[in-house]
Amino acid sequence: MTKKKGFLDVISENRFIHILLSILLGFLVGAVFLVIMNLSVSAAYGRLINSVTSLKGFSYVVVYAVPYIVAGLSVAFSFKTGVFNIGAEGQFVVGSMAAVVTSIFGASLPKPLLIPLCFLAAMAAGAIWGIIVGVLKTKWGINEVLSMIMFNWIAFYLSNFIAGIPAIKNEGTAEATKNIADNASLLFSKDFIKSAGLAPTANWGFIAAIVATVLIWFIIEKTTLGYELKAVGSNKFAAEYGGISVNRSILTALAISGALAGLAGALQVMGMGKRISIFTSQEGFGFAGIVVALIGCSNPFGVLVAGLFYGALMYGGSKLNLEGVPTQLINVIVGTVVFFIAISVIFENLKRLKGRAAVKKAVAEKEGKK
Amino acid sequence: MAKQYVDMNTPVIEMRNIVKRFGDFVANDGINLTVHKGEIHAILGENGAGKSTLMNQLYGLLKPTSGDILVNGKKIEMNNPRDAIDAGIGMVHQHFMLVQPFTVTENIVLGTEPTKGVKLDMATARKNVVEISERYGLSIDPDAKIEDISVGMQQRVEILKALYRGADILILDEPTSSLTPQEITELIAIMHNLVKDGKSIIIITHKLKEIKESADFCTIIRMGKYIDTVDVDKVDENDLASMMVGRKVTFKVDKPEQKPGEVVLDVKDLHCLDYRGIEIVKGLNLQVRRGEIVGIAGIDGNGQTELVEVITGLRKGTKGQVLVNGTDVFNKPPAFGFQHGVSSIPADRQKHGLVLDFSIEDNLILQNYEKDPFAKKRVLKRDSIFAHASESIEKYDIRPSGSEKRPAGTLSGGNQQKVIIAREVQNDKDLLIAVNPTRGLDVGAIEYVHKYIVDQRNKGKAVLLVSFELDEIMSLSDIIDVIFDGQIVASIPGKEANENDLGLMMAGGGKKK
Repeated sequence: MTKKKGFLDVISENRFIHILLSILLGFLVGAVFLVIMNLSVSAAYGRLINSVTSLKGFSYVVVYAVPYIVAGLSVAFSFKTGVFNIGAEGQFVVGSMAAVVTSIFGASLPKPLLIPLCFLAAMAAGAIWGIIVGVLKTKWGINEVLSMIMFNWIAFYLSNFIAGIPAIKNEGTAEATKNIADNASLLFSKDFIKSAGLAPTANWGFIAAIVATVLIWFIIEKTTLGYELKAVGSNKFAAEYGGISVNRSILTALAISGALAGLAGALQVMGMGKRISIFTSQEGFGFAGIVVALIGCSNPFGVLVAGLFYGALMYGGSKLNLEGVPTQLINVIVGTVVFFIAISVIFENLKRLKGRAAVKKAVAEKEGKK
Repeated sequence: MAKQYVDMNTPVIEMRNIVKRFGDFVANDGINLTVHKGEIHAILGENGAGKSTLMNQLYGLLKPTSGDILVNGKKIEMNNPRDAIDAGIGMVHQHFMLVQPFTVTENIVLGTEPTKGVKLDMATARKNVVEISERYGLSIDPDAKIEDISVGMQQRVEILKALYRGADILILDEPTSSLTPQEITELIAIMHNLVKDGKSIIIITHKLKEIKESADFCTIIRMGKYIDTVDVDKVDENDLASMMVGRKVTFKVDKPEQKPGEVVLDVKDLHCLDYRGIEIVKGLNLQVRRGEIVGIAGIDGNGQTELVEVITGLRKGTKGQVLVNGTDVFNKPPAFGFQHGVSSIPADRQKHGLVLDFSIEDNLILQNYEKDPFAKKRVLKRDSIFAHASESIEKYDIRPSGSEKRPAGTLSGGNQQKVIIAREVQNDKDLLIAVNPTRGLDVGAIEYVHKYIVDQRNKGKAVLLVSFELDEIMSLSDIIDVIFDGQIVASIPGKEANENDLGLMMAGGGKKK
């Protein structure tokens, strides 16, 4: 199987059209709100499109998209392996903090050493956050969704606490950590950014996102590890019968998923973020990862595209107030898209009303195979 | 059958010249079927012959490409099962459609729950369920959860569910495939009670003996084509078999005499609990030697399921030893037993045997995905996996051919079983455990499966066969061990066994060993 075929295989036509339709409906519902607010639909959506299609605009989109893509990979990987990593948020937070702390204490190290070190620290932190939940589940049967949500809050307060420690805290007045060490920064050189006309926060993170995408696709589709994890995810009884250790697989899946979310945190802070503020509420990168995984059909390459789409909405959305449009409109659109993807049942029913063509075809194919 | 309840003047179902096409594939090619009031009508055909397709059209799951369906003399267009239910048709599917975490009662009343104001009235529901189960003689525990009860019990719940909805015309898709001989006798009695009540029953099956015992008429379908409708009294099992497969079928299993070798499986004083925490295997002893098939005969619920689960590592025992070639695999994970020589064909093929979302090729390497030639340095070698699948599909006649990359869930039950058998036989372990290996399979497929099991024996493997089909136990086993109340109560050479004695011992009437 060539790479191209695998890509097309998984975004199967049907599912792809479903997603596109959901996105279209999202914008339609957004338009309804615009009309209610007596704002120009064309001006708003025109601004949205214009702001992301210029070279500079697109470079912003990529910068925004990188953490979403990697967090999306984290959640997508967990979907494929039968655990629902709603804890990506907390893993993202501990990952970014691990990267910042590592960079502060390793500031004197050269770039080629410090950057991988920060990545590793972030991935380890995220993985540990995932494994703790996994152990709670496999050893004592504690529901992973519950403990993950709790661990999101533990990560949140832990991050705020660490950010306030004198050795870590910003010397100025800002309620935040020190900036990430220069040698841990992923930003392009200032000269290059200026001459190419890119966003000031344009950085190397997208390379890491692409590598992670390909790697995760490879693990899922091509390795024995992916085989084990998927088997446990789809039918743990048969997997156990076949000699696969179910508990070990769950732990591995959560560790990899956690490491990805941690990496997403590192990419965010080592790219555009620079430092971590003391927050009053959760930032939501991990939760956005769930949205991205859903839109991307849990397929790594789908997630790559979905992450770019999400990044475009987030960046383009921030420009909407130039047209007097509240930026919350983007949340309406995203919410609607997710809603329609999640309740695919509605589409099935619509199809049924229209002659049940699609349902019949599905049944027909199933029967025809007998 | 005396046909004493059949009213030949009142056809309740008429299917006329039904054609069903899926693209180029013709699943039903001009099929006619007439069922009268008070009649038990069998539909006979091999796996994939188009029986289920035909019945799915009658139940509104599929629409015919052409042809008419008449219910009670009136032409009816079935758009969905709701229309069928409204027309008084009920269907019990071969693969159960039950909500696993719900209780028996909740499943039976699902969709027609009695209510008190806006609240569910589970007390009344439970009462109704108990009532109906007593009326038709199908005993069940109304409060047990589906996930905790045996396959046989689940089948009963399915049958009760259809009866609860008050259907006049009942379609039973392979209803007996998981029942014990006693339960089958009971079911046949129930079916007779129902037709006495004026109901009509269509039974999809490929078990010739049951057709002879229960049905009035039989319609035979072969490869989508209508072959004939016959009066069951006027044909014998051989006629039916050859009409079904289009060639002569041998029921006899060819098994050369051979002397068994050393002991491979040695179970000593085994104890274990069932899902309720009650001891169900009570100090069981069992031996299987090289080159012999030991059949476990027993009524469902006497510990055979749990026995196999303990041997294969899926259930923890409380006491005892399970020696495989001298290594104790008792309370070890399944992988340990597999490494030390245990392979098995599990009872629940969809739960334990297959990952239904996985392709055939991936299911065929379930225990061996890490080994050469399927993987190298933890990277799967897709080419060899595919080649292995093509070879297995060809050799084990898994249909349709060319289905290497299809999800296992899209195959028919018989072909799913062939995938498992292909995998387990090729694992080539010293011990093969087969639990109801031919459940839901047609005569042609059963012939293959039996051949492969006997082949394993002839190659000097030890085979432990657990089956609710007494015929299967008797024709395959070198030694028959009767299990009753968690112990082996008798052990007799297969050649000396007869159905009556076995039945008596299975019911607890035998002498202790």
